Amino acid sequence: MGSTWAVDLANIGPVYPWLGSELIMVIVAIVAWILWHILQIRQEENEYAEDIKEYGSKEGIKKALDEHPS
Amino acid sequence: MGNNLDALTTIFTEFYYWVTVVFMFLIHVGFCMYEVGVSRRRNHLHTLMKNTMLIPLVTITFYFFGWWIYWALPNGPWITGPLLLDAAAPNSPVSQTMGTNLQDHITGVFWAAFLLFSWTVASIVSGSLIERVKSGAFWVIAIMIGSVTWIIDAAWGWHPQGWMVKVLGYHDAYASGVIHAIGGGTALGVLIVLGPRLGRFMADGTPRNFVPHNPWLVTIGLFLIYTGFWGFYAACNVPIISPEGIGGQITGATWTATTIYLTPTTLSAITVNFLMSLSGGLMVAYIISKGDPFWTYSGGLAGVITASAGNDLYHPVQAFFVGGIGIWIAYKLHYWVENKFKIDDAVGAVAVHGYCGFLGCVFAGFLLWGYPSSPYEGFATINPLGNTIGGFIMFFVLGFVPGWVVAKILDGAGLLRVPRQVELMGLDFRTLHEEEEARQEVRAAEKALV
Repeated sequence: MGSTWAVDLANIGPVYPWLGSELIMVIVAIVAWILWHILQIRQEENEYAEDIKEYGSKEGIKKALDEHPS
Repeated sequence: MGNNLDALTTIFTEFYYWVTVVFMFLIHVGFCMYEVGVSRRRNHLHTLMKNTMLIPLVTITFYFFGWWIYWALPNGPWITGPLLLDAAAPNSPVSQTMGTNLQDHITGVFWAAFLLFSWTVASIVSGSLIERVKSGAFWVIAIMIGSVTWIIDAAWGWHPQGWMVKVLGYHDAYASGVIHAIGGGTALGVLIVLGPRLGRFMADGTPRNFVPHNPWLVTIGLFLIYTGFWGFYAACNVPIISPEGIGGQITGATWTATTIYLTPTTLSAITVNFLMSLSGGLMVAYIISKGDPFWTYSGGLAGVITASAGNDLYHPVQAFFVGGIGIWIAYKLHYWVENKFKIDDAVGAVAVHGYCGFLGCVFAGFLLWGYPSSPYEGFATINPLGNTIGGFIMFFVLGFVPGWVVAKILDGAGLLRVPRQVELMGLDFRTLHEEEEARQEVRAAEKALV
């Protein structure tokens, strides 16, 4: 794609930026996807550990059940 | 686009699939509302986020590899032929047809229609696992079914050249097996490893009733799923194609709508059959559940799911009875399995999607026995054995087994189930606790101003 729309559209195919760099873009996206899972799982595990540490005693759980019975 | 008719057909097809995608979005809205309504108040935020976040995760992975699988694996591979690398190439994430490309109006929107099927199949599993599965674990399972296993089954049994269609005569026009049976089978495999919610069963094995916190949300959610299902049905069709475009045995020049197999049907017929099977499911479910709203609404869905495999060809009365029989069997099976094996399926997904999906394949095999499965030469005709084997592949081989194996791996790594204390407190405990503290602080500040 050039810098003008003064073209016959029958001759125009892909028009997105960085044409030819699709593989690199996809690899970067896949890395971002895997990293997201690693971060998310760590975050979730930490949250549960903190919840148990702060509220997870028998008394704490009974209090939580009284506060939020349903 | 060679001439004006070609251009019009292409733009119509592009717009047609776009409309189905928007409609199908309502399925996900409905599933979210349904799950949140069924969950207890102390778990509803976790439940909502669990289902919501499968949207981006299944989307990007379906873009990375799911769509490629559909086009590469119709032969197995190596059952009826090799990997179809040439056919798959334009559908890979690095293909120039996946970006803005003025020569291709269909690949992207067709990808999107299939993607919405992927969300649906992952969402079927989601509801079963609520209130005790870790979000991270569920999202791995969602990607497995949404971007890998279901799309393998689609390549095998829901592609004009799929090996199951060729060899078995497998026919599943609106996805009884390829979406619903695999979804229910996967849910069952995961549930066996995950176990029931704490307190769900008494010491003697009698189940306790975990009351939905908001029945209105449940019913509106199911209504929305019905609505989205219209889009789903339309999306399973090719809206308009010429016999020349099909390139099979059909003679003459009459254009037609077709199923995904390129066998002729009409949008009109599938609309009538959708409604008749919905009605059969609702009516039988109402009677067997004695008017229970949860089962009545689910029964409507189950009716459609059971008839879906053959709703391109059934007579409306056949669709009606197939729908009714499907929910009757699934309802009985649900309670038998729950009591016998202590399976805690919070939303009845294994029954409504899994059992009804499998039954739908079996019924279609009998009712459509002898019909051609394809417009092309050399394909087996539709038959009971082929469709039963096909349903088994969907429910058990590609559904139950991968679900059980991946759940076992996650469980072994300690990633599957939330800790016992957190489950008892409620998965939203911290958020609810902090919100209550914030409310109290505001109230105290306001009182100080009196």
